[in-house]
Amino acid sequence: MRHPYVWMGLLSWMAFGQAQGAWTVNMAPGVTEVSNAVFELHMIIFWICVVIGILVFGVMFWSMVLHRRSTGQQPASFHEHTRVEILWTVIPFLILVAMAIPATKTLIDIYDASESDIDIQVTGYQWKWHYKYLGQDVEFFSNLATPAGQISNQAPKGEHYLLEVDQPLVLPVGAKVRFLVTAADVIHSWWVPAFAVKRDAIPGFVNEAWTRIEKPGIYRGQCTELCGKDHGFMPVVVEVKSRSDYDSWLGERKAEAAKLKELTSKEWTLEELVERGDKVYHTTCVACHQAEGQGLPPMFPALKGSKIATGPLEDHLGIVFHGKPGTAMAAFGKQLSEVDIAAVVTYERNAWGNAKGDMVTPKDVLALKQAQSQ
Amino acid sequence: MSAVIDEHGHGHEHVHGPAKGLMRWVLTTNHKDIGTMYLWFSFTMFLLGGSFAMVIRAELFQPGLQIVEPAFFNQMTTMHGLIMVFGAVMPAFVGLANWMIPLMIGAPDMALPRMNNFSFWLLPAAFLLLVSTLFSPGGGPNFGWTFYAPLSTTYAPESVTFFIFAIHLMGISSIMGAINVIATILNLRAPGMTLMKMPLFVWTWLITAFLLIAVMPVLAGVVTMMLMDIHFGTSFFSAAGGGDPVLFQHVFWFFGHPEVYIMILPAFGAVSSIIPAFSRKPLFGYTSMVYATGAIAFLSFIVWAHHMFVVGVPVVGELFFMYATMLIAVPTGVKVFNWVSTMWQGALTFETPMLFAVAFVILFTIGGFSGLMLAIAPADFQYHDTYFVVAHFHYVLVPGAIFGIFASAYYWLPKWTGHMYDETLGKLHFWLSFIGMNMAFFPMHFVGLAGMPRRVPDYNLQFADFNMVSSIGAFTFGATQIFFLFIVIKCIRGGEPAPAKPWDGAEGLEWSVPSPAPYHTFQTPPEVK
Amino acid sequence: MHGLSQRRLVLRLSLMTVVMFAFGFALVPLYDVMCQAFGINGKTAGQYQGSQVSDPSRSIRVQFMSTNASDMVWEFHAKADQIEVNPGAVNQMVFIARNPTGRSMTAQAVPSITPAEAAAYFHKTECFCFSQQVLQPGERIEMPVRFIVDRDLPAHVKHLTLAYTLFDITARQPPVARLTAEDVQGAR
Repeated sequence: MRHPYVWMGLLSWMAFGQAQGAWTVNMAPGVTEVSNAVFELHMIIFWICVVIGILVFGVMFWSMVLHRRSTGQQPASFHEHTRVEILWTVIPFLILVAMAIPATKTLIDIYDASESDIDIQVTGYQWKWHYKYLGQDVEFFSNLATPAGQISNQAPKGEHYLLEVDQPLVLPVGAKVRFLVTAADVIHSWWVPAFAVKRDAIPGFVNEAWTRIEKPGIYRGQCTELCGKDHGFMPVVVEVKSRSDYDSWLGERKAEAAKLKELTSKEWTLEELVERGDKVYHTTCVACHQAEGQGLPPMFPALKGSKIATGPLEDHLGIVFHGKPGTAMAAFGKQLSEVDIAAVVTYERNAWGNAKGDMVTPKDVLALKQAQSQ
Repeated sequence: MSAVIDEHGHGHEHVHGPAKGLMRWVLTTNHKDIGTMYLWFSFTMFLLGGSFAMVIRAELFQPGLQIVEPAFFNQMTTMHGLIMVFGAVMPAFVGLANWMIPLMIGAPDMALPRMNNFSFWLLPAAFLLLVSTLFSPGGGPNFGWTFYAPLSTTYAPESVTFFIFAIHLMGISSIMGAINVIATILNLRAPGMTLMKMPLFVWTWLITAFLLIAVMPVLAGVVTMMLMDIHFGTSFFSAAGGGDPVLFQHVFWFFGHPEVYIMILPAFGAVSSIIPAFSRKPLFGYTSMVYATGAIAFLSFIVWAHHMFVVGVPVVGELFFMYATMLIAVPTGVKVFNWVSTMWQGALTFETPMLFAVAFVILFTIGGFSGLMLAIAPADFQYHDTYFVVAHFHYVLVPGAIFGIFASAYYWLPKWTGHMYDETLGKLHFWLSFIGMNMAFFPMHFVGLAGMPRRVPDYNLQFADFNMVSSIGAFTFGATQIFFLFIVIKCIRGGEPAPAKPWDGAEGLEWSVPSPAPYHTFQTPPEVK
Repeated sequence: MHGLSQRRLVLRLSLMTVVMFAFGFALVPLYDVMCQAFGINGKTAGQYQGSQVSDPSRSIRVQFMSTNASDMVWEFHAKADQIEVNPGAVNQMVFIARNPTGRSMTAQAVPSITPAEAAAYFHKTECFCFSQQVLQPGERIEMPVRFIVDRDLPAHVKHLTLAYTLFDITARQPPVARLTAEDVQGAR
């Protein structure tokens, strides 16, 4: 347990109403103009509700204390009063109109469709996000980076438990960024509270949202539409950099893509591939096929001792590359690099007692790709 | 069907009691027997759905995965929602309607007694089917009680077909129940009982019954479309075939929003009888209560897309649904003001039914406030699908529907059993429920605003403390309900004999018959002046 | 008894039930009509038959986006990321698709426009999304879409995005095939 003195904490919280760090009770204003407007709106409505609540409950408690039968109270017999009834219909209506005005203004700002500086395609997959910098040739998947041991309580949990990814979305400060949100399988929802951006990612349809971030930093959010088993394990992390840092980051990403090509042509040993495959497996495959390759039958078959993982190499590679239509097994040929596909297939054939001893090299994967594109 | 009524009217001049043994319950057409069965069924489902909630809260007691796998966790959240909505709350109100509507309007029975029997017995079949899916390979429904496509179609477990069939059965049962209620209210009122003299519980149920007839067929339609998509190659909700997953949400919420009011309007009615009884003062603003209920029912049909503010509705649509939703606050406010005015300058006592009714007004109003906040579309972008929403609808449904049912149960238990329940135990039940409920659901506002999404089996450490508080509250609330079972059984088995009218401030025909209410009542219609 | 006879009342209520069931299904075409009228969900209408005169004074940036459904393995992308167009003029963009697998496959592309309010002003005169695409193993095709951006496009809209999602519908051909036990199993 993280908080061994939870009872003491609970008591002190109730006694003093003190908010410690973890006892966050309210929305944060966020780091964009829109998120600040939303926060203000939230607070205005909250305080209006508090005032109405105090009035209504005040009257109620007044009569609960003073109009008890035990005080010798004789019940009155009135049961209607037209003027009062009209008043308490009209006044709430006017309050609502007063609330609707700022709400409408903020909503219209959120729907602003003016030109953007950067367009990012955000695609939801079960259970990860894919980001594509439109017109930049940079794209990557963003997976949960929290180690499985922390989730199963075998290792102490870090500060950003479940809110950390292997590759965050990187954005520059001050630019107008447009998100084009869609999904490849079921409905997901992309949410970063600090930007007040939440948009459903719907397969077959594209949604848009925009933001202009005012402060560099790392902002975290989560998927907010139930999307299956690991809905709780597909966080959103956005790293906001200064314009120049962003530009150099983008340059590095492009260089990395070139380096990956080089890795593909390298001569790999079985051990090197298994070592790399271990990492790939534990970010990409482990959610369904599980840490020991035991799977979660019948939805997600076991790999340990399976026909595929111990059968012909070509079939095994084929399934990883093309996926299995109609099942949760996606086509990783599009999602992973040649090196990673080769590594993970080799790993699966040589882990958990699957001792095939054979290997797929990145060149084999590249050859498969090329053979199929002819 | 009308022949059945005639049979009761003329065929049997002598009063006969119930048949003996099990067949009494299987074949009964007596509204009191059927009401009792509905209430017991509902309570059973309440405990079952509650035990699923306990699994959820146990898993969320602390961060990390410890008790269940995420796949099973999703089945628990789904089944908890489905069972509480369709198995606990709705049948409880149908049970109350069966017992009380004939007694309140001076009718000998429900208008369609044989259909009444059938609509009850469909329910155990439906829920057996639904719960059995938990044991099927691939597991039970795991797509949330709102079962959004394509998670519930292309990506659903095998058992989804059973789920669809169970929903069909529940829908048929509800629709038959609703037809029965309408026929009873419109045709069997005692002479002199004009519509505007009916107790508010009867009024709210009449409106609820029309809502049921309007939206349950739409629910049946949406699950039929799912069935066709899954098995017959159509593409209502699949983009690949020219369909649209968002269409599912529109059709579902066209049912779903009125459904919310189906679960709360009868509670409004019951509370409108209970508060005057213990204030010893007539209900304030009867006429405006009736109109407010009608207004809420009407508005419930034009607000559905407020559940879909983040799916990408055009700005004009967002504005329309935001304004319409905010409008609901007006008639709801009228109701709350009326209840408070009823208490004003009364001679109040706080027996258990009144305690639950007062808690109902306060906590439901809090749920209404968070509802108003959720109606504001820009703010909803932050609230949507977080624990803030979970807190909101539990504040509406637990103190709203569930406390309304408890208040009704305590209020009418003397009439049903002929014994007074144990007042001390009843008050203890109230206070434990009240504390447990607030402890469970109030912190959910905080974690929601701080950014915790709903329907997740695990969470970041910043949410840990409040989740533990929530879980402790939920366990308290859950355990307390087993205590309620004890109180009811104790009351059935004995206790101080109840007079015909155990509450000195109570009004209504139901108090003119002896306690317990005889097997047959109002064979000769009473005169209502 | 008041008002209607029992039988007539029950009949009317049952009729209401049937009507509401039918209404549920009627929401489907109703929704499509609403979508096309108001651009809900960025849905576009079918083939556009009209023609318009180009307005050279205004320029709109049209961006192209392609997504594969998660089990779709084809290569699929537009020839260019974006083009500038004049409202009223007929424009063309070519999308390229390639079936890299060793089997014949059928695909369906689903278009979507954002911002949604622009959808009603985006007219396709010719589109590969109007029909299914069958590609043999290794086959590659160029698929054109010809479109007009309406002259009435609201002035504040300066750019729009045309997104296609490509779905593998091989298993849906013919639809009845899905009824076999194996296919239902496969679909899980």
